[in-house]
Amino acid sequence: MPYEYLEDSVTSDVTFRAWGRDLDELFTAAADATTNVMVGAVESISPTVTKPASVNAEELDLLLLRFLEELIFHKDAEGLILRATAVRVEAANDGHQVHAQLCGEPIDPNKHELLADVKAVTVHGLRVERSNSGWHAQVTLDV
Amino acid sequence: MAAPEGIRRIAESVWELPPTLRPGMRVPVRVFATEALLQAMDDQVFHQAANVATLPGIVGYSFVMPDAHWGYGFPIGGVAAMDPKTGVISPGGIGFDINCGMRLVLTNLTLDEVQPKLRDLVDVLYQRVPAGVGCRGFVKLSESEFAEVIEQGARWCVRNGYGTKEDLERTEERGCLTGADASTVSPRAIERGYRQIGTLGSGNHYLEIQVARPEHVVDATLAAALGITLPNQVAVMFHCGSRGFGHQVATDYLQIFLRAMTSKYGLEIIDRELACAPFASPEGQRYFAAMQCAANMSFANRQVILHRIREVFSAVFGRDPADLGLRMVYDVAHNTAKLETHVVDGEKRELLVHRKGATRAFGPGMPGLPPEYQKTGQPVIIGGSMETGSYLLTGVASGAATLFSTAHGSGRTMSRTKAKKSFRGRDLQQSMEQRGIYVRTVSYAGLAEEAGAAYKDIDAVVEATECAGLSHRVVRFTPIGNVKG
Repeated sequence: MPYEYLEDSVTSDVTFRAWGRDLDELFTAAADATTNVMVGAVESISPTVTKPASVNAEELDLLLLRFLEELIFHKDAEGLILRATAVRVEAANDGHQVHAQLCGEPIDPNKHELLADVKAVTVHGLRVERSNSGWHAQVTLDV
Repeated sequence: MAAPEGIRRIAESVWELPPTLRPGMRVPVRVFATEALLQAMDDQVFHQAANVATLPGIVGYSFVMPDAHWGYGFPIGGVAAMDPKTGVISPGGIGFDINCGMRLVLTNLTLDEVQPKLRDLVDVLYQRVPAGVGCRGFVKLSESEFAEVIEQGARWCVRNGYGTKEDLERTEERGCLTGADASTVSPRAIERGYRQIGTLGSGNHYLEIQVARPEHVVDATLAAALGITLPNQVAVMFHCGSRGFGHQVATDYLQIFLRAMTSKYGLEIIDRELACAPFASPEGQRYFAAMQCAANMSFANRQVILHRIREVFSAVFGRDPADLGLRMVYDVAHNTAKLETHVVDGEKRELLVHRKGATRAFGPGMPGLPPEYQKTGQPVIIGGSMETGSYLLTGVASGAATLFSTAHGSGRTMSRTKAKKSFRGRDLQQSMEQRGIYVRTVSYAGLAEEAGAAYKDIDAVVEATECAGLSHRVVRFTPIGNVKG
């Protein structure tokens, strides 16, 4: 599991750290970390629905924020719980962009272990950084 | 955790950090807390309150309430007033859950009458008031009808049969902020929120059945004036906000402000969660109008939930809601920014008051209170943890010291991640049941995060608000039933 939740963080919210060998892996892990705040056992989510996602931003950290916001948007607007697949982070003219397929299914309290509703991805302590082994990020979610 | 060096005691429960603490501070920080609560506050509270003190146009002080804890941007439990002409508006001073608030409803039932039906009552409320991740509301609206709701708030609900005129009278701002303009919110915000009216959400949102035990009536005269007249009278208290709609409004404008702050207005960014724009600017005015839409969604959300509570009580007890005495005491928010008139240095001034995790607490005789509360002062509802209790207080004249603001809850002391590792939801549910609190939850992990031990002592917090002259204790409510998202 390429992410962990921090105990010593903003008391009313959830902070996680995620990592990957490259940005594609990092974004995939951060998406799972976000989804796993809302439901337990993300592997149990069946990929019956696919929502394409494409976002861009000047800075890498805001790119990650907007990417994770897609998961939260579909959760509220369509009642879908999704995981990110086929994630591709690349340079764009005015910064960076990410393309992915968000796959999952309608939230079902009989099937999914519901945890906490995520309200927003915050910029509090938000960072995406290169490390010796690849990339890591820290994100605080408002719950 | 300890109060920073240089903090000065102004009065028994009032502390001050001077503007010389950090470069850029325009005003001092004033903390309202007992010494014990002050020493237990996260270091980040003082750091964040000092950041708030640097915001352009801040007037007087950057205030910290007794239940304050680490937030993002403002601390939760932070209050700051800005000059509307020269100052800024900041979504970080309001929170993502815009107009999140508390509603208190009384019954004329006593504990003896409710106890035999308590499980039924909580079970049916759990079924009928949607809660948890991804839940949908019971009021089916089109996106265009939702646009009416966000401009009209609880008034829309009453017009459509979800409440009474008296409900509106007893709601802050009569349940509608009139500056709301649906054209200032994104289609994405509407899409996120229009199916969620009539939902609790999750996290610390809840619906609770409570009892006012005779030994917990602190001020019998005020309690009677607010409708608490029976020994062991049963009440319903609930806590929720503007749901995904409000969260998206905050998200949208935070990003708009981040872009405009430096490039357009030359404002320095100290903390990106303190993104702001001049209140008088086009961006500031549009956010203010959109924020009022979100506030209206939250008033409407709590109004339709009250309607459902009335239906459930009526069905479980086989009696008419009016016969059960189901009447509102008050609905008050704790995540807002509002234009209010206050006296500053002997002069009346219009101010933009940000309250994030802080409750408005108008004193007796102030404009905006319904006639029945002119003498008592505004009812203030402070929710504690689900294991301990909650309070009804009133606003007092000395609340002018914080622009009539007080605490909003007990305030967390333990992160959600740590609480989840420290407690087990099912064990907690059983132990609470043994102590006479019947809980239904969508999420056992979520229940564990809300354990009483993850919060400050609510009694200490409300005592501090009284000691500091911010609000006056009337009744302490004890939980007997709880629906958790």
